[in-house]
Amino acid sequence: MQLILQNITHRYGGSTVLDDISLTVDDGEIVCIVGPSGCGKSTLLRIAGGLEKPGGGKALLSGPTPEGSLNPLTYIFQDFALLPWRTVEGNVSLVLEDHGIARSERTGIIADVLARTNLSDFAKALPRQLSGGMKQRVAIARALAVKPAIMLMDEPLSALDSQTRELLMDDLVALWTRERFSACYVTHNLNEAVRLGRRIIVLSRRPGRIRDIVEIDMPLAERVERLPELESLQRRVWEIMREEAREADREITDVA
Amino acid sequence: MSHDATAGDRPHTDTAGTQQTGMRDVPFRGGGFVHRPLGPVAPIVFLVILAIWELGSRSGFISPIALPAPSAAFAALVDLFQTGMLWKHLGASLYRLLLGWSLGSLLGIAVGLAVGLFSLARAGLLPLVSALFPVPKIALLPLFIIWFGIGEGSKVATILFGTFFPTVIATYAGVDNVDRNLIRMGQSFGLSWLSIVRKIIVPGAMPAILSGFRISASIAIVLLVAAEMIGAEFGVGAYILMAGALFALDQLIAGVALLSLLGLCIAWAIGKLEKRLLAWRM
Repeated sequence: MQLILQNITHRYGGSTVLDDISLTVDDGEIVCIVGPSGCGKSTLLRIAGGLEKPGGGKALLSGPTPEGSLNPLTYIFQDFALLPWRTVEGNVSLVLEDHGIARSERTGIIADVLARTNLSDFAKALPRQLSGGMKQRVAIARALAVKPAIMLMDEPLSALDSQTRELLMDDLVALWTRERFSACYVTHNLNEAVRLGRRIIVLSRRPGRIRDIVEIDMPLAERVERLPELESLQRRVWEIMREEAREADREITDVA
Repeated sequence: MSHDATAGDRPHTDTAGTQQTGMRDVPFRGGGFVHRPLGPVAPIVFLVILAIWELGSRSGFISPIALPAPSAAFAALVDLFQTGMLWKHLGASLYRLLLGWSLGSLLGIAVGLAVGLFSLARAGLLPLVSALFPVPKIALLPLFIIWFGIGEGSKVATILFGTFFPTVIATYAGVDNVDRNLIRMGQSFGLSWLSIVRKIIVPGAMPAILSGFRISASIAIVLLVAAEMIGAEFGVGAYILMAGALFALDQLIAGVALLSLLGLCIAWAIGKLEKRLLAWRM
């Protein structure tokens, strides 16, 4: 399944946040969106997943929904968005309960996704007992439970410390190698972008426009070995962004 | 800047006499401002006050006309128990309290959820709630007597209205405070509206609703006594009123002690409920 954004334009109050953005997320492809803070990356992702209506332009899906997918467009949130009053398995169960799945089948799915994210030992734990990295793993397990066609990831590693981020990045690469999910991955961290992205879309500061697109052909699994090459790519992306980021930093914001 | 200037002017003169240069401990400046749990202090304070009071009464320093001894109040309580009147008064009071408080709380939660969830309910009901909340419900008791009769109805109604408004306010404030991101998460996974309310909004508002219970339970006790003082044969309030009219101060103190015990029991029960329902917060 493909996700196509056509000429997305959006404004909050008087100011334009997104200006004529078009992009496509192909099957099995991770597209990273980077940009200075306040450039409307998260708004773009909310529009892509149908949580917000764009002021102009269209968010489209093309191709058949993969069989068994309960929620084709599935988010991973920066703050994990786990219910604090539910255990790990309860949080995964939450997103299955509205689909009329038999209890036995549900427990099967929960056990399966927890095993795939190495969380089986934590099934009965409450979110407050888990570290940030574990919480995000639970959120990933929850997303896997509904068999998404496209994952919409909103700064999924930004709330984690750099070591945990490194570990989770490895997990994501392993997961992608196994399951070839497609994803739209919003981040402000260029290192994550060059490690995970097949394409990197660089947005300008507000109003967000597509400034440049960087394609990376290197297979995901090889990237951890070829960090120096990525380093130079990362520098290239930074060169594109630098002025924008500097200007964005000096702006007075009036929109949350 | 000014600090630097004043400190820089005469750096050594103040401490010149005691200047130390050898190895020494960094002076400790932390600590304090933290409470330690001191378990037995509360009962000790309580017992000491009772003992002083009893001693004062025995020695004649406190006149029995002004304040009866604790032992006399206790004797009144025992007398109440032995004549079987204790259960009659307490039973009548508990019945009114439980009925009024639970009906008021249920209605309050329902209306509070509506105000929290629907714009129309918020626009229509919130001004009404704000206007009626500060009215002392006991002032409306004559009205309630006309509407619901002199019997149980008017007393239950007074407690019901008294607990209804604070519950509405606690509930809708709780709903407003539920993390918007959790709701967005529910929507993004395609949860139905009812599921979002039942599994995300209500549990998220539960801490606020329970602290609303603490307030509404205290209000309910105050209104109970007031309503029973105006027209009731039995009930703790009626007992206290009768004791006051006869200047039986020992009975009056016994009645007040009963109320205080009732309040403690309710606070304890709500504490238990919080432990159960909010175990995820600990």
